[in-house]
Amino acid sequence: MIGYALTFGFGAISLALLMNLWCIFRRAGVLDRVLAVDTMVINVIALIILYGINESTPVYFEAALIFAMFGFVSTVAYCKFVLRGDIIE
Amino acid sequence: MTLFVEILVSVLIVVSALFLLVGSWGMIRMPDLMTRLHAPTKATTLGVGGALLASITYFSVFEGQFTAHELLISMFLFLTAPITAQFLAKAHMHRNLDPVRDVPRAGEHGWSTYEAPAPSEVADAGDRHH
Repeated sequence: MIGYALTFGFGAISLALLMNLWCIFRRAGVLDRVLAVDTMVINVIALIILYGINESTPVYFEAALIFAMFGFVSTVAYCKFVLRGDIIE
Repeated sequence: MTLFVEILVSVLIVVSALFLLVGSWGMIRMPDLMTRLHAPTKATTLGVGGALLASITYFSVFEGQFTAHELLISMFLFLTAPITAQFLAKAHMHRNLDPVRDVPRAGEHGWSTYEAPAPSEVADAGDRHH
Protein backbone atom coordinates (compact mmCIF):
# COMPACT_ATOMS: atom_id res chain seq x y z
CA MET A 1 0.00 0.00 0.00
CA ILE A 2 2.85 2.37 0.82
CA GLY A 3 4.26 1.54 -2.62
CA TYR A 4 1.13 2.79 -4.37
CA ALA A 5 1.09 5.95 -2.22
CA LEU A 6 4.76 6.56 -3.06
CA THR A 7 4.08 6.14 -6.78
CA PHE A 8 1.23 8.66 -6.53
CA GLY A 9 3.48 11.01 -4.58
CA PHE A 10 6.29 10.80 -7.15
CA GLY A 11 3.81 11.51 -9.96
CA ALA A 12 2.19 14.47 -8.18
CA ILE A 13 5.52 16.05 -7.19
CA SER A 14 6.86 15.61 -10.73
CA LEU A 15 3.78 17.42 -12.04
CA ALA A 16 4.33 20.20 -9.48
CA LEU A 17 7.97 20.51 -10.60
CA LEU A 18 6.84 20.81 -14.23
CA MET A 19 4.43 23.61 -13.19
CA ASN A 20 7.30 25.41 -11.44
CA LEU A 21 9.44 25.02 -14.55
CA TRP A 22 6.63 26.56 -16.60
CA CYS A 23 6.58 29.49 -14.16
CA ILE A 24 10.35 29.96 -14.50
CA PHE A 25 10.21 30.05 -18.30
CA ARG A 26 6.98 32.00 -18.86
CA ARG A 27 6.71 34.57 -16.07
CA ALA A 28 7.64 38.15 -16.88
CA GLY A 29 9.19 39.47 -13.67
CA VAL A 30 12.45 38.32 -12.12
CA LEU A 31 10.88 38.03 -8.64
CA ASP A 32 8.22 35.65 -9.96
CA ARG A 33 11.04 33.45 -11.18
CA VAL A 34 12.82 33.62 -7.82
CA LEU A 35 9.58 32.54 -6.13
CA ALA A 36 9.26 29.66 -8.62
CA VAL A 37 12.81 28.51 -7.83
CA ASP A 38 12.03 28.66 -4.10
CA THR A 39 8.90 26.52 -4.57
CA MET A 40 10.90 24.13 -6.74
CA VAL A 41 13.43 23.65 -3.92
CA ILE A 42 10.59 22.81 -1.51
CA ASN A 43 9.17 20.26 -3.94
CA VAL A 44 12.61 18.68 -4.39
CA ILE A 45 13.03 18.39 -0.60
CA ALA A 46 9.75 16.44 -0.39
CA LEU A 47 10.83 14.31 -3.37
CA ILE A 48 14.13 13.42 -1.66
CA ILE A 49 12.28 12.45 1.55
CA LEU A 50 9.84 10.23 -0.34
CA TYR A 51 12.76 8.63 -2.19
CA GLY A 52 14.37 7.88 1.18
CA ILE A 53 11.17 6.08 2.28
CA ASN A 54 11.15 4.21 -1.03
CA GLU A 55 14.73 2.98 -0.54
CA SER A 56 14.24 2.35 3.22
CA THR A 57 17.45 4.16 4.07
CA PRO A 58 17.91 7.30 6.22
CA VAL A 59 20.95 8.43 4.20
CA TYR A 60 18.95 10.95 2.15
CA PHE A 61 17.84 13.15 5.06
CA GLU A 62 21.19 14.91 5.12
CA ALA A 63 20.81 15.64 1.41
CA ALA A 64 17.33 17.08 2.05
CA LEU A 65 18.61 19.24 4.92
CA ILE A 66 21.51 20.60 2.86
CA PHE A 67 19.12 21.28 -0.01
CA ALA A 68 16.83 23.24 2.34
CA MET A 69 19.73 25.42 3.49
CA PHE A 70 20.95 25.89 -0.08
CA GLY A 71 17.50 26.95 -1.27
CA PHE A 72 17.06 29.46 1.55
CA VAL A 73 20.47 31.03 1.01
CA SER A 74 20.04 31.23 -2.76
CA THR A 75 16.59 32.86 -2.48
CA VAL A 76 17.81 35.45 0.01
CA ALA A 77 20.91 36.16 -2.11
CA TYR A 78 18.78 36.62 -5.24
CA CYS A 79 16.39 39.00 -3.44
CA LYS A 80 19.25 40.96 -1.93
CA PHE A 81 20.89 41.27 -5.33
CA VAL A 82 17.65 42.43 -6.98
CA LEU A 83 17.03 44.89 -4.17
CA ARG A 84 20.48 46.43 -3.75
CA GLY A 85 22.59 45.38 -6.76
CA ASP A 86 25.02 43.67 -4.39
CA ILE A 87 24.85 40.69 -2.03
CA ILE A 88 27.32 41.47 0.77
CA GLU A 89 27.84 45.18 1.26
CA MET B 1 -1.20 -2.66 14.13
CA THR B 2 1.10 -2.91 11.12
CA LEU B 3 -1.84 -2.42 8.76
CA PHE B 4 -2.94 0.64 10.71
CA VAL B 5 0.54 2.18 10.48
CA GLU B 6 0.70 1.38 6.76
CA ILE B 7 -2.61 3.16 6.19
CA LEU B 8 -1.41 6.13 8.25
CA VAL B 9 1.86 6.45 6.30
CA SER B 10 0.07 6.11 2.95
CA VAL B 11 -2.52 8.75 3.85
CA LEU B 12 0.22 11.14 5.01
CA ILE B 13 2.18 10.66 1.77
CA VAL B 14 -0.89 11.18 -0.43
CA VAL B 15 -2.01 14.28 1.50
CA SER B 16 1.45 15.84 1.35
CA ALA B 17 1.75 15.16 -2.41
CA LEU B 18 -1.68 16.74 -2.98
CA PHE B 19 -0.72 19.84 -1.00
CA LEU B 20 2.53 20.21 -2.95
CA LEU B 21 0.55 19.96 -6.19
CA VAL B 22 -2.01 22.53 -5.01
CA GLY B 23 0.78 24.92 -3.97
CA SER B 24 2.40 24.84 -7.40
CA TRP B 25 -0.95 25.05 -9.17
CA GLY B 26 -1.92 28.07 -7.08
CA MET B 27 1.32 29.77 -8.10
CA ILE B 28 0.23 29.48 -11.73
CA ARG B 29 -3.37 30.56 -11.08
CA MET B 30 -2.90 33.61 -8.86
CA PRO B 31 -2.97 37.03 -10.59
CA ASP B 32 0.03 38.93 -9.15
CA LEU B 33 3.13 38.38 -7.05
CA MET B 34 1.67 39.37 -3.68
CA THR B 35 -1.08 36.74 -3.97
CA ARG B 36 1.33 34.26 -5.57
CA LEU B 37 3.47 34.42 -2.42
CA HIS B 38 0.53 32.92 -0.56
CA ALA B 39 0.22 29.65 -2.50
CA PRO B 40 3.57 27.90 -1.82
CA THR B 41 3.18 28.33 1.96
CA LYS B 42 0.77 25.39 1.83
CA ALA B 43 3.48 23.33 0.16
CA THR B 44 6.01 24.35 2.82
CA THR B 45 3.94 23.62 5.92
CA LEU B 46 1.53 20.81 5.08
CA GLY B 47 3.31 19.29 2.08
CA VAL B 48 6.82 18.90 3.48
CA GLY B 49 5.46 18.49 7.02
CA GLY B 50 3.27 15.56 5.96
CA ALA B 51 6.15 13.87 4.12
CA LEU B 52 8.38 14.28 7.19
CA LEU B 53 5.72 12.83 9.53
CA ALA B 54 5.28 9.89 7.16
CA SER B 55 9.04 9.34 7.14
CA ILE B 56 9.30 9.50 10.96
CA THR B 57 6.43 7.01 11.35
CA TYR B 58 7.79 4.68 8.69
CA PHE B 59 11.34 4.52 10.06
CA SER B 60 10.33 4.17 13.71
CA VAL B 61 7.81 1.35 13.07
CA PHE B 62 9.18 -0.65 10.11
CA GLU B 63 12.94 -0.08 10.47
CA GLY B 64 12.96 0.15 14.25
CA GLN B 65 15.08 3.31 14.42
CA PHE B 66 13.68 6.62 15.60
CA THR B 67 15.40 9.53 13.85
CA ALA B 68 15.03 13.23 14.55
CA HIS B 69 16.63 14.59 11.36
CA GLU B 70 13.18 15.12 9.88
CA LEU B 71 12.12 17.41 12.70
CA LEU B 72 15.29 19.41 12.02
CA ILE B 73 14.31 19.88 8.36
CA SER B 74 10.76 20.97 9.17
CA MET B 75 11.98 23.33 11.90
CA PHE B 76 14.45 24.90 9.47
CA LEU B 77 11.73 25.33 6.84
CA PHE B 78 9.30 26.87 9.34
CA LEU B 79 11.99 29.33 10.42
CA THR B 80 13.12 30.34 6.94
CA ALA B 81 9.83 30.47 4.99
CA PRO B 82 8.66 33.81 6.51
CA ILE B 83 12.08 35.39 5.93
CA THR B 84 12.01 34.34 2.26
CA ALA B 85 8.47 35.68 1.81
CA GLN B 86 9.37 38.95 3.50
CA PHE B 87 12.41 39.43 1.27
CA LEU B 88 10.41 38.71 -1.89
CA ALA B 89 7.60 41.08 -0.87
CA LYS B 90 10.06 43.84 0.06
CA ALA B 91 11.94 43.54 -3.23
CA HIS B 92 8.62 43.56 -5.09
CA MET B 93 7.47 46.70 -3.24
CA HIS B 94 10.68 48.53 -4.05
CA ARG B 95 10.91 47.44 -7.69
CA ASN B 96 7.36 47.39 -9.00
CA LEU B 97 5.11 49.48 -6.73
CA ASP B 98 4.86 53.24 -6.34
CA PRO B 99 4.97 54.13 -2.61
CA VAL B 100 2.31 56.84 -2.91
CA ARG B 101 -0.03 55.45 -5.55
CA ASP B 102 -0.02 51.63 -5.23
CA VAL B 103 0.50 51.04 -1.51
CA PRO B 104 -2.24 51.67 1.08
CA ARG B 105 -1.46 54.37 3.61
CA ALA B 106 -0.21 53.05 6.95
CA GLY B 107 -1.09 55.54 9.66
CA GLU B 108 0.73 58.80 10.27
CA HIS B 109 4.27 57.37 10.16
CA GLY B 110 4.01 55.49 6.84
CA TRP B 111 5.86 52.32 5.80
CA SER B 112 9.20 51.70 7.44
CA THR B 113 10.71 50.23 4.27
CA TYR B 114 10.22 53.46 2.28
CA GLU B 115 11.61 56.87 2.94
CA ALA B 116 9.02 59.24 4.37
CA PRO B 117 7.12 60.92 1.49
CA ALA B 118 6.86 64.68 1.31
CA PRO B 119 3.72 66.06 3.06
CA SER B 120 2.24 67.39 -0.21
CA GLU B 121 2.43 63.92 -1.83
CA VAL B 122 0.65 62.34 1.14
CA ALA B 123 -2.14 64.94 0.92
CA ASP B 124 -2.50 64.26 -2.83
CA ALA B 125 -2.75 60.51 -2.29
CA GLY B 126 -5.34 61.00 0.45
CA ASP B 127 -7.47 63.13 -1.87
CA ARG B 128 -7.24 60.52 -4.62
CA HIS B 129 -8.18 57.57 -2.41
CA HIS B 130 -11.09 59.06 -0.46
